[in-house]
Amino acid sequence: MSNAYLSISQVDMSFTRGGTTNQVLKNIDLDVQRGEFISLIGHSGCGKSTVLNIVAGLLRATSGGVIVDGKEVNDPGPDRALVFQNHSLLPWLTVYQNVEIAVEKTFRKTKTAAERKAWILHNLDMVNMSHALDRLPSEISGGMKQRVGIARALAMEPKVLLLDEPFGALDALTRAHLQDEVMRIQSELANTVMMITHDVDEAVLLSDRIVMMTNGPAATIGQILDVELPRPRDRIAMADDPRYNHYRHEVLSFLYEKQRKVEEIDRHRGKRGGAEAAKAVKRA
Amino acid sequence: MSHTETLDRGRLIGTGEEPVPGIWRARLKTMREVFISRVLPPLIVIGGLVMLWEMLCSRPGATLPSPSQVLTETWDLITDPFYDNGGNDVGMAWQILASLERVAYGYSLAVIAGVGLGVLVGQSTWALRGLDPLFQVLRTVPPLAWLPISLAGFQDSNPSAIFVIFITAIWPIIINTSVGIRNIPEDYRNVSRVIRLNGAEYFWKIMLPAAAPYIFSGLRIGVGLSWLAIVAAEMLIGGVGIGFFIWDAWNSSLISDIILALIYVGLVGFMLDRMVAWIGNRVTRGTSAG
Repeated sequence: MSNAYLSISQVDMSFTRGGTTNQVLKNIDLDVQRGEFISLIGHSGCGKSTVLNIVAGLLRATSGGVIVDGKEVNDPGPDRALVFQNHSLLPWLTVYQNVEIAVEKTFRKTKTAAERKAWILHNLDMVNMSHALDRLPSEISGGMKQRVGIARALAMEPKVLLLDEPFGALDALTRAHLQDEVMRIQSELANTVMMITHDVDEAVLLSDRIVMMTNGPAATIGQILDVELPRPRDRIAMADDPRYNHYRHEVLSFLYEKQRKVEEIDRHRGKRGGAEAAKAVKRA
Repeated sequence: MSHTETLDRGRLIGTGEEPVPGIWRARLKTMREVFISRVLPPLIVIGGLVMLWEMLCSRPGATLPSPSQVLTETWDLITDPFYDNGGNDVGMAWQILASLERVAYGYSLAVIAGVGLGVLVGQSTWALRGLDPLFQVLRTVPPLAWLPISLAGFQDSNPSAIFVIFITAIWPIIINTSVGIRNIPEDYRNVSRVIRLNGAEYFWKIMLPAAAPYIFSGLRIGVGLSWLAIVAAEMLIGGVGIGFFIWDAWNSSLISDIILALIYVGLVGFMLDRMVAWIGNRVTRGTSAG
């Protein structure tokens, strides 16, 4: 028995499609402490999003289980709020309403109407989106949409905040800016965060620990790296910090030496196509 | 030196002389541009066609009346659309309103049943497989082919006409609604699962708004079809209505009345289409693209 806040134990995952079974994850074991910022990094298709979806409860593990704060995860819920890669704001709702729909449902019984309103505004203020409350998602930039996505997730007061490549679709400058915001918010709220990424700098800069995954099929945790850099971290100062570069080097050597992805286009497609397609359907 | 001088002069003229008139001039200019690019082309084409019509139908032996003849012969109908001499002898406005009333009933029923069935078929693969063959066959049945069977069933002309509208308009509504439901991005479902919306909340807050652009394109096709159907159906069932008005005019050899009625039918159909499109735009708040 571990006393971790979030614990993933013995998780296996396989997708069956058209009579063939593809094992995507094998024996994933991970304990996360309260307030920790964890990154999952690995090559695309290694199943890191599947891990996140299992923690979120959107997918059910074939075997093994996830426990958050002493409770087993069986289905999705606001205690494990998810920030989607492509923001998934509802396009017919304004910025305010997109957060409102989550807050109204989550805190209907525990907060008064006035408190809920204040809470929505507070969360949008935290991501610096107070100026655009009545805008529709189509009227704001990609970075702003992702801010609102983060505000929506934070507003559910999750025990674990799940970030699925949250900055993947953004340009480099916007991404850096949002990373800083996430660091600031995390230092304020001391959230437990689990983030999927394929960006080495992002992982080192943000994380307390980096979980490196081996390549699929049957991917598992290859190595866990403790990032012992003092917070608050400043990206400019970090650039010259030998420890930062050391961690960066560790991750890079894992990804490009130990787990170098061999692109065998033909065989690769044939063998993995099913699992990838199943995942695409689930995530689309 | 001379270069800077010209620049300065240009700026002085720009700032000093025309701050307010400039705006008005620009506004007038855009209005004129809109007129030239949008209003003028249809005016020219329609004017040309009417002139051609006038020329062709003014010759001796022409079977159809010329536009000027239509205008003089129907002038009473145009200027007094609200007269009521009892029976079928009422003004054009009443005729059209009677048809619109039937469309309103039949179309409203089609919207309710169509969206309901569309949601069912969009949600449940079993229902889709069970009902789709039926839909695909029945939707190809021409509207008027339904009329005898509905007359036999309802034993009355008015409900039969309403049923014909209903059965004509419902297919595109069902099909578009179900496609809209099927195309709801998985992410929206995931969002609602994370927030833990229940079934009813999911239906009202996610499903209907997400499918609204598709639903409204079905509604728009449906309203057009029901207007097509009513004119044809009324020719057969009689009574007050623009369809029977046309048939009656034909029996009385009032060709000009027919032409006037056709123009009204076209204009009303156009307005119905635009009305549904406008409501759709308002409801989906310009997110029709996706």
